[in-house]
Amino acid sequence: TSKSPCLPRLVQLSHLHTSPNSQAPVPALPEKGGKTRHGIIPEEIFQLLYPKTGVTGPYVLGAGLLTYILSKEIYIINHETFAAACMGTVIIYGVRKFGPDVAAFADKLNEEKVQKAQEVKDLAMTSLAQAVLDEKKEQWRAEGRQMLFDAKRNNVAMLLETNRRERVHMVTNEVKKRLDYQIALQTLHRRMEQEHMVNWVEKNVVTSITPQQEKTSIAKCITDLKVLAKVQQAKATA
Amino acid sequence: MADRIVPLGEKRLMDVKLGELGSWLGKRDFTPNGVLASIRNGHDRYYNKYINVKKGGIGGVAMLLVGYVALSYMWEYDHLKHDRWRKYH
Repeated sequence: TSKSPCLPRLVQLSHLHTSPNSQAPVPALPEKGGKTRHGIIPEEIFQLLYPKTGVTGPYVLGAGLLTYILSKEIYIINHETFAAACMGTVIIYGVRKFGPDVAAFADKLNEEKVQKAQEVKDLAMTSLAQAVLDEKKEQWRAEGRQMLFDAKRNNVAMLLETNRRERVHMVTNEVKKRLDYQIALQTLHRRMEQEHMVNWVEKNVVTSITPQQEKTSIAKCITDLKVLAKVQQAKATA
Repeated sequence: MADRIVPLGEKRLMDVKLGELGSWLGKRDFTPNGVLASIRNGHDRYYNKYINVKKGGIGGVAMLLVGYVALSYMWEYDHLKHDRWRKYH
């Protein structure tokens, strides 16, 4: 169709006051704004007319429009035209001459603002990073507490073990004392019985030795002694 | 070429065919909220293209001023008609 070659250009015209920047959260500011020719005419008009009329098309269009509105006195030349021409000259001269300096100054102001914000952000980042490190350290310390618990558990176990062994010792000692007592008791019994029996036997034997028996035993001893003396004498002389 | 069917009222102006222009205008939102929304939309488009940039040129402000001059001229035209140099053009 005849409209299809124009369609891309019309679509481009629809980008007249749009920008390709997306509105996603926190987009970076674009470096440069939309381009304008001579400060007041957007570049898209020139791009629109370029295929059909080349480079001079929009200028010819502008000249034709100017002639039309002047000749039909849609734009009327009066005292204000002179005032507008003077003001326009001064404004254009001022912009041409001082534009770059003002732009540099504004850029510097922007730079300072951005730098301040950046400082705040950097400070926040470092402090947060430090906080993260501290938190990790605390977590590491909390892990170390496990070792503390183990040591304490060991201590408690050792105390219990010591206690148990003390009690075992006490038990053995007590049992041993009781058993020793029983042994001592039994030996005492036996000894007393023995002594008593020996005493009784002695007493009985002594009382049973009558005087008559005593005399005969003494006479026997004397004769035995005499015999022994004789034997001994015989041995001595032999 | 058509990737999905868009209802007529939501098409952009440049996508509307010439014959559909009337019905498209009828479907546009002319409630106060809709008008405000379209004003806000246009403002955002202009602002984000020409002013909300790192190194904006003079075009952003200059176009607004030229538009203001032209608009005020149009509103004063009935008063300025009397300064015309010729009666018949």
